[in-house]
Amino acid sequence: MTQAFRLASGGRIDREAPLRFLFDGHAYDGFAGDTLASALLANGIHLVARSFKYHRPRGIFALGVEEPNALVETGIGAGVEPNARATMVEVTDGLIANSQNRWPSLRFDLGAAADLASPLLSAGFYYKTFMGPAGAWKLYEWLIRRAAGVGRAPDLPDPDRYEHSYAHADVLVIGAGPAGLAAALAAGRAGARVLVVDEQVEPGGQLLNTAYAVNGRPALGWVAEASGELDRLSDVRRLARTMAIGAYDHGYVACVERAVPVPDGRVRWRERIWHVRAKEIVVATGAIERPLIFDGNDRPGTMLASAARAYATRYGVAAGRRAVVFANNDDAYRTALSLAEAGVEVAAVLDLRHDPTGALPALARERGLRVMSGHGVVGSRGRMRLKAVEAAPIDDPSNRQIIECDLLAVSGGWNPALHLYAHAGGKAAYNTSLAAFVPGIPADRMTVAGAAAGEFTLAQCLAGGARAGVEAARRAGFAATHPALVLDAPEPDADLRAGPLASPSRGGKRFVDLHNDVTEADLHLALSEGYRSVEHVKRYTTLGMGPDQGKTGNILGLSVLAQALGQEVPMVGTTTFRPPYHPVSFGALAGREVGDLVVPLRKTPMDSWHEEAGALFEPVGQWRRAKAYPKPGESMHAAAEREVRAAREGVGLFDASTLGKIDIRGPGATTLIERVYCNNFSTLGAGHGRYGLMLGEDGMVKDDGVTVRLGPDHYHMTTTTGGAAGVYVWIEDWLQTEWLDLEVFLTSVTEQWAVATLSGPKARAVLAPLTDVDLSVQAFPFMAFREGRVAGLPARIFRVSFSGDLSYEINVPARHGLALWQALMESGRPHAIAPYGTEALHILRAEKGYIVVGHETDGTITPMDLGYEAMVSKKKDFLGRRALSRSGMSGPERKHLVGLLTKDPARMLPIGAQIVERPSEARPVPMIGHVTSSYHSPTVKRGIAMALIKNGRARLGDTVYLPLLDGPTLAAEVVKPVFYDPENARRDG
Amino acid sequence: MLLIPCPWCGERVEAEFRYGGEAHLKRPDNHLLCSDETWAEYLFMRRNPKGWHRERWMHLAGCKRWFYVVRHTQTHRIAAAYKVGEAWPALPA
Ligand SMILES: [Zn+2]
Repeated sequence: MTQAFRLASGGRIDREAPLRFLFDGHAYDGFAGDTLASALLANGIHLVARSFKYHRPRGIFALGVEEPNALVETGIGAGVEPNARATMVEVTDGLIANSQNRWPSLRFDLGAAADLASPLLSAGFYYKTFMGPAGAWKLYEWLIRRAAGVGRAPDLPDPDRYEHSYAHADVLVIGAGPAGLAAALAAGRAGARVLVVDEQVEPGGQLLNTAYAVNGRPALGWVAEASGELDRLSDVRRLARTMAIGAYDHGYVACVERAVPVPDGRVRWRERIWHVRAKEIVVATGAIERPLIFDGNDRPGTMLASAARAYATRYGVAAGRRAVVFANNDDAYRTALSLAEAGVEVAAVLDLRHDPTGALPALARERGLRVMSGHGVVGSRGRMRLKAVEAAPIDDPSNRQIIECDLLAVSGGWNPALHLYAHAGGKAAYNTSLAAFVPGIPADRMTVAGAAAGEFTLAQCLAGGARAGVEAARRAGFAATHPALVLDAPEPDADLRAGPLASPSRGGKRFVDLHNDVTEADLHLALSEGYRSVEHVKRYTTLGMGPDQGKTGNILGLSVLAQALGQEVPMVGTTTFRPPYHPVSFGALAGREVGDLVVPLRKTPMDSWHEEAGALFEPVGQWRRAKAYPKPGESMHAAAEREVRAAREGVGLFDASTLGKIDIRGPGATTLIERVYCNNFSTLGAGHGRYGLMLGEDGMVKDDGVTVRLGPDHYHMTTTTGGAAGVYVWIEDWLQTEWLDLEVFLTSVTEQWAVATLSGPKARAVLAPLTDVDLSVQAFPFMAFREGRVAGLPARIFRVSFSGDLSYEINVPARHGLALWQALMESGRPHAIAPYGTEALHILRAEKGYIVVGHETDGTITPMDLGYEAMVSKKKDFLGRRALSRSGMSGPERKHLVGLLTKDPARMLPIGAQIVERPSEARPVPMIGHVTSSYHSPTVKRGIAMALIKNGRARLGDTVYLPLLDGPTLAAEVVKPVFYDPENARRDG
Repeated sequence: MLLIPCPWCGERVEAEFRYGGEAHLKRPDNHLLCSDETWAEYLFMRRNPKGWHRERWMHLAGCKRWFYVVRHTQTHRIAAAYKVGEAWPALPA
């Protein structure tokens, strides 16, 4: 198809580089430098989308990020990107794009029936369906999810790569329009490290879109000189295609860079997030034009005046043959003049103001354009494409005349793009004559310049930008002087004071927020239903809540509310801008942290052995631990039970390397240990270990583990796997801030030691051939520690047990962990040694009633609750002691750790199940506790469980009940939480 | 993400630190004998100012030192950072 609307000359497209692309299956031609929007317009295509709610035909409305209508899907298969703005998609040869939110086709969309049913879909529709008959929401939701919408996310893995980069700058300049370039020059010449980011393909900002002059020459010549100078400055870096999406605390700004598109799509990375930390930030983000409110203001062929101008100037495209310009300010006259110059017939300029006296209206009249002041559009015609507008004097709206046109260029004035300024905490102030918010109370480290500051003339942008650059550089510590930017900007300049924002209503649809299909009537309805706060109205009507975040519609909405309430706009309020400025893909946010790299994976030195043995792994914090070692065809549970039997009847081997380990030494070490454990350690001699319980200052159990005294002033503390870092930080806290007199040094050695635990009656027989250490019970009793060699490796052996059976916990330097493990497995072969995982470990410990912090405790459990009262020292002070005597820390209201045995031994209790005394009681039945651990024990051959039950120790022998949510009510007997070997007869083997 | 001036290492990003809540809590003297009210005051009650706040941070991914920061809870401005035992800098107006 020929590009029937391409102008014969002009534009920044490369006419030597033609290309072809597909939209909804049709092939079209364009040029390198086109966006999808400009290329479609060159082919006369305006209709590109159906609206969100009513499925009304919609056309390309804007030029860039502010586009509310033209959301399309690009790519195919796994590479599909939904919701791409056609105005931001760079066309490459072979590009495939499709419209969204229509079925079966864009021109014939069955969803458009919603437009006929629009009275049913008015403001608050969603809320009203919530209130409707019970159950109706399920039907509504099904309908809404199919009818409303935006694009579909691809369901295949993303084949592309995304990157994250970090940058530091003295001055970050956001926006490379005239203000941004001037700021960057000022700061860069002063020697500051400057980073300039701009979302466009090339620098220039609005200068790309309008034929301005600087110093009597085309402004783009100045842009080339300025950016050329910046590129020569060694400490200045420019990033194109890079959008600042959020400004956060202390000069932190996140930006997203898009890759330069290539025809085959095979970019090295697709998007890159820049984490920028800047001493100073210059916000030169320009302004966004807003439309006007009038009947039928959404027909394809209607677009922002600045966009219509830019398509002609920048892309060499006439967005129509015969145009009407409709405005409330002078800037739109530039569009009229540009269109006329490009050969578009300008049928009329309708100006809502009665007496436009600026230089641009005068110039338009001088060029013979038909200026109709005090006039507005009061209606439009055409279904898939605008055919005519109805114009009328605003004081006499029934006096209509039909003006045929296929392009309606609309301008309601300009909103400074203050999103980033607001993210960083800047407060906006309302400027009545601009009818826009401008910077008020500034944000830290931030200067706003140019149109973003409400300074719209080119001369103001250049001067303001230079001033901002100097100020920012000075605050960053550079002796900046005002640059010799002798810039003579063009006259005449536009008067951007805005007239009325709406035409008189004639009862048609008047859209405020095109993206979310919110009309003026919806806002009035919300007010009539009692909503007043703009935040409530916004949520009720969804004004400004679409992916465009109301970039074009917000001020219009506020003005409607203000007028209806008889208040000024600043009294009605503004809505809060939150990051991101523009939607960001999950791929970019994730960066390289996908798949195996989502979180750092901590592996023990024996991990490769587990993997080769076919272990099932489970995550424990960042660690992965072997859960069980199933044989072919064996289930995890069957494997765990087999492993338990091996560790009870023969010997098992467990990788305990993940335990937290802290090396503690110094003259104050014993005092420290005494203070952080609630039980006595002062009598612990060197060469022995003890199980210790740590409490918080609130008296609640915080962590536990065995600590071994290696020497007079030297301890090896173990913590839970998950609690290691927290315990370390907590002890350091006391040492550094309260116990400054203690001379003690803590070193985290979790990763320095590999730990293999031999457990079972045959553990001694497996270890004996490998070591010079005397393993006899007399020489090496329970809870003793010995240093020696195991399999020729230097080792520390702890005789502790978490299974109740004879155990040796063998610690070797981490690099020897695998060798130790292999030697133990080899030595254990004649004894049918079995490696066991965390599932078997948990069954073994539960059979013995040993607690796991985080299962049997939850931050509200004291040692007494656990039945560990005897451990709590009466002789010393320790962290948490004072709290234990507070009221509420004892008495019948406390929950106690108990065991539960189901009446039916085959039944398993679900972990977390709630416990009641009398299930037949009237609801709500008081709950007295919950199940903390539950396993099938292969040793006692039945289900066993641990539970926390109110006054549980007084209930031993009682029956309690567990009503399951989707099952029967189970009965269980309360017993002591020890199910096996209560007399500890097995620990010496 | 805050930029926190560790008194030992200089400015580092917030992700390297652990937060420790309100600073300079006074553990009651004779705490084993103090009233439940006094103990509860120490244990549970915290200031929650909209304004300047003395608070504790630990540079876990760096020097592992606990120190104090004067931060504004509304603007996140940081006015000072100081070591344990140093004189408390005055709160900004
Ligand atoms: Zn530090």
